[in-house]
Amino acid sequence: MSATTVTSQPTARPAVRRERAVHAPIPFRRLVSVEWRKMFDTRSGFWLLVAIAALAVIATGATLVFGNRDNLGYGSFASAVGVPITVILPVLGALSVSSEWGQRTALTTFTLVPSRGRVIAAKLVTVVTVGLASLVVALAAGAVGNLLNGAIIGHAPLWDVSWRTILQIVLVDQIGMLMGFMLGVLFRSSPGAIVGYFVYALVLPGVSGALASAQQWWADHAAWFDLRTASIPLYDSGVTGQEWAQLGVATLIWLVLPLAIGLRMLMRSEVK
Amino acid sequence: MIEIQSLTKRYRDFTAVDDVTFTARPGRVTGFLGPNGAGKTTSMRVMVGLTPPTSGSALILDRAFTDLPNPGREVGVLLDASAQHAGRTGREVLTIAARTMGLPRQRVDEMLDRVSLTEHEAGRRVRNYSLGMRQRLGIAAALLGDPSVLILDEPANGLDPAGIRWMRDLLREFADDGGTVLLSSHLLHEIEVIADDIVVIGNGRVVAQGTKDELLAAGGTLVRAADPAALLAALQAAGLKARAGAAGVVLAEAELPVVGRAAFDAGIALTELRAADGAGLEEMFLALTAESQRDHLSPGSTSNGAAA
Repeated sequence: MSATTVTSQPTARPAVRRERAVHAPIPFRRLVSVEWRKMFDTRSGFWLLVAIAALAVIATGATLVFGNRDNLGYGSFASAVGVPITVILPVLGALSVSSEWGQRTALTTFTLVPSRGRVIAAKLVTVVTVGLASLVVALAAGAVGNLLNGAIIGHAPLWDVSWRTILQIVLVDQIGMLMGFMLGVLFRSSPGAIVGYFVYALVLPGVSGALASAQQWWADHAAWFDLRTASIPLYDSGVTGQEWAQLGVATLIWLVLPLAIGLRMLMRSEVK
Repeated sequence: MIEIQSLTKRYRDFTAVDDVTFTARPGRVTGFLGPNGAGKTTSMRVMVGLTPPTSGSALILDRAFTDLPNPGREVGVLLDASAQHAGRTGREVLTIAARTMGLPRQRVDEMLDRVSLTEHEAGRRVRNYSLGMRQRLGIAAALLGDPSVLILDEPANGLDPAGIRWMRDLLREFADDGGTVLLSSHLLHEIEVIADDIVVIGNGRVVAQGTKDELLAAGGTLVRAADPAALLAALQAAGLKARAGAAGVVLAEAELPVVGRAAFDAGIALTELRAADGAGLEEMFLALTAESQRDHLSPGSTSNGAAA
């Protein structure tokens, strides 16, 4: 910043600015590509994604080393890689929204794109895509582990999980990630959203469990109101119609409703 | 062109912006002057759709900001240079903005060059930027889309004197090109040197507006003596309209020779006698500032507000 930068070139310029071009609206796919970039271009975002890949490999390796090799099937690997993913994805989902407020980039984001709904929708598309990609990576790591195990013990690897179950697990993980996203929208603060998620994920199941042991009615009907309980059948193959209905109701209560409230608040709030 | 019409923003029991009306015209730099907390920032935030107004309207290029199809291409906005992700590099901040607006990649380099951020500086994370560098980055982001309107909140904050000069030239050039510039400041001197038109705001209300020349012309004579009270009494005794100003100054509504004569007749030795260019504006501004002043300034330190 030396003084030499002060002068401006004395070029001849027209007195009046040329007629302004009419600008096309910003297309949605451009917003998605920008949000995608924003997810990876900071250290926290980048390392969360690296962590997903690294933990998938570590979990697979650990299963291979410490597991009882003769009984290992794809199910063991899939659940081992699934655990870290189910913890990290909601955090990623929350940060994608809350960091705009925490780092105050919302100021720039919403002056460039005043339609907040479109920005949030672009974030949602990005988050769901990143979530699916991470799950593909994790499930692939598990599959490699299962193949290796087969090679080590010398007979065909055991594929004990159906496609249907895999898709159900993907659904559960996506719901978890969207819970993070919802909390990001609702709190618009990274610590708030992350603490909120862990209260939901770690404290509420305990409360629900305690309630169920004390009260028979809750034990029988918890799945309608408790998203965790409602998600459990999805880890197995046969999900009944009633169980799907319970998942739907619980998702409505825990995800859709708060998300709607959060979105409404976000649209009307002041961006500071 | 920015047209603010009866703009009001009320929070529960506090009115941040109270019936503000003014127009910032193309080809001119409009200075938005007021002490801290006067409502400048809130007004600007309403202009760009970040804060919903309670009533009134703000039109930019004949439309509400939120109705602009690609706002960055028409309005350059810098509200807070520190509101950037600390973990992104300067170049990345501009790249994201350029992509959002649909601009080619080389536009980022052009703007970095325009605000004199070096290749090396652009590659550092914003966390390591000085406030001056953040301001430059913010200006680069505002100019990125080649807009015809600029809305800048305290853009000279943190710039060194050379930087302030640079910004002044940049905004002058932008306005001479037919662009509209609205910039806020709490420093009278800063606005004096940059602006063509001035809007003074205090406690949410517009207290004065006009061209700089109009506002500065209303002055009279500024006079100073060792004993201001005696001087004031002497001038009033001579039938002149005079009042005490800040920092021991006496302001008289009379020509220089008349005031000098009156003091001479009373046997008072003057230490200063001159036309009070802008003193009226400064007085008004100080009066405004005094109301919301948290730390009471000692007399004499008041006229050096621009030494940032």
